[in-house]
Amino acid sequence: MAIKKFAIACYDDESTLFPAVKKVRESGYKMHDVYTPFPVHGLDEVMGLKETDLHTAGFIFGLTGTATALGFMSWIFTSDWPIDFGGKPFFSLPAFIPITFELTVLFAAVGMVMTYCYLNQIMPGVKKHVFHPRQTDDLFVIAIEITDPAAELEIVDFLKTTGSVETDVQIAEEGWWYGWWDKEEEYQKQIV
Amino acid sequence: MHLKYESIVREPLITGDKNYHQVTEDICRPIEQKPTRLWYMGFAFSLLLLGFGAFSVFWEIYWGIGTWGINRTVGWGWDITNFVWWVGIGHAGTLISAILLLFRQGWRTGVNRAAEAMTIFAVMCAGMFPVFHMGRVWDGFFVMPYPNSRGALWPNFNSALLWDVFAISTYFTVSLLFWYSGLIPDFATIRDRAKTKLRKKLYGIASFGWTGTAKNWQRFEALSLVLAGLATPLVLSVHTIVSMDFATSVIPGWHTTIFPPYFVAGAIFSGFAMVNTLLILVRKVYRLEDYITLGHIEAMNKVIVLTGSIVGTAYLTELFVAWYSQVVFEQEAFNWRIFGPYWWAYWLMMTCNVVSPQFFWFKKLRRNVVFTFLLTIVVNIGMWFERFVIIVTSLYRDFLPSSWVYYSPTWTELGFYLGTFGLFFTCFFLFAKYFPVIAIAEIKFTLKSSGDNYKRAMRPMEEMTDGEFLHEIEHAH
Repeated sequence: MAIKKFAIACYDDESTLFPAVKKVRESGYKMHDVYTPFPVHGLDEVMGLKETDLHTAGFIFGLTGTATALGFMSWIFTSDWPIDFGGKPFFSLPAFIPITFELTVLFAAVGMVMTYCYLNQIMPGVKKHVFHPRQTDDLFVIAIEITDPAAELEIVDFLKTTGSVETDVQIAEEGWWYGWWDKEEEYQKQIV
Repeated sequence: MHLKYESIVREPLITGDKNYHQVTEDICRPIEQKPTRLWYMGFAFSLLLLGFGAFSVFWEIYWGIGTWGINRTVGWGWDITNFVWWVGIGHAGTLISAILLLFRQGWRTGVNRAAEAMTIFAVMCAGMFPVFHMGRVWDGFFVMPYPNSRGALWPNFNSALLWDVFAISTYFTVSLLFWYSGLIPDFATIRDRAKTKLRKKLYGIASFGWTGTAKNWQRFEALSLVLAGLATPLVLSVHTIVSMDFATSVIPGWHTTIFPPYFVAGAIFSGFAMVNTLLILVRKVYRLEDYITLGHIEAMNKVIVLTGSIVGTAYLTELFVAWYSQVVFEQEAFNWRIFGPYWWAYWLMMTCNVVSPQFFWFKKLRRNVVFTFLLTIVVNIGMWFERFVIIVTSLYRDFLPSSWVYYSPTWTELGFYLGTFGLFFTCFFLFAKYFPVIAIAEIKFTLKSSGDNYKRAMRPMEEMTDGEFLHEIEHAH
């Protein structure tokens, strides 16, 4: 992880955000990320993000659950400790269905949520830089990484022309770190 | 430029000319204020009930299951009645958040957070009953399949009771994950506007470091959709499996194939009634009438009248099948159910569940808050008696007339039941104070298509003729 310099622009409506994102992409500046207070449909396409593979992970976890339940119950009732229930077959598949289904759902849900947390890098106690306190309230924020220090003013001027309501330059940690939410400055001193 | 559009014929789901910031303010207000006196009084009363429940349970554990009124004939009494009742209530939350998400019902966004919370707390209450019904509750872990020192003796995977263990625990876990994954962005909202250090710290931990990047939201949407897809069959499976606790036995009155759909409909019926009861209070106390509108209440009342009628049909079908089967034991079981010593429970159930929801065919009554509030309580009383009737009046007169009994609960059973109310409302009061009771991000997402001010702005466009509209958009750019 590293501390970098970012130029940010805030928009107060998604209808001004979309053209701005397009302009930033065309300008060739390095777009760090876009922060929104709620899921904005179509934003991922405009930004050129790939569709997530989270569904596939869920499917694989679900399949693991099915296999675990079915395999485990079959092994127990046919080989480990077969019990005769009123002369019914040891391998009684219909009776195994409810637990197999429940375990499929359980594995898929738990596995997916854990994958989701891992991919998003979120966990209790994780801290990330918040560019604007209202980015989780009513502002849409675009952050551009300033790769060339000489271009700083140029980028800010450019962002002002994109319909933003506020622009700013901030020095921030680009990734996540572990710590308290009110001690960002101390963290930055440590790492620099 | 409007990115989303919904016809103005549809009732607005958010009233009061809101913008994004106003939504945040309205929903965060109760969290950032000191609790009111009413809150303290309600919370203290819930704790009192919880304490009494804990004492009743302690008494039962200390002296044994004999302190309950159940006996050899009526082995399942209030405990299992309460279990099924609470699980049933717990069905509305996940139904609202999962099935209505798949059906793209916009009104779910106003109520899903509180309904899901209700689900989780109700399932917690439900779980208490089978656990303490075990009697030797310290051996409760025997239901888990783990390699043990008893020769690796496994539980019986062919038993409906064990299916129930898996169903309820899976349901609880999945509902909790679904609920919390939706809460993370809203906790981040509270964190970022927090004025005190402690609040910033605590909501900072609870929000998992969420910042709301586009990629995170994309995964968020994928996760909610797949979890909804998983939870939809799960909701239906849970009460199906609960009904199999009865249906797979050979007791007249229980041994019927109609039970799974009948139980699921009953669960949704009582669950929606409970959601309405709670939300009518929440919207009043927190002045959230702009987000939980009469339209929301009416939509839930429509579900109540539908599922109530399904339940009524199931009752009548049961009677018909008992008569048509020509099985003497089956016929007598229903004869005693209606005219036997427990006739009052049967007729109470019939009145509350079959007759009372029919009032909701009238639009005036569906949109009447006071009437809805009272009727939803009646429905839940009726649904409690449904489970009591199914369980006790199938058991109290078994195949051996010498063992026929009349079952009444003791104070420990009553205390246990009241205790679960204490647990439920303790959790709900804490939820209402410290959690956003309405999904902030989801409301903002639907605001531009369902907010009354945005809908009004669409009116001139709606009134244009086709030709005018085409002309307008062709010359707009």
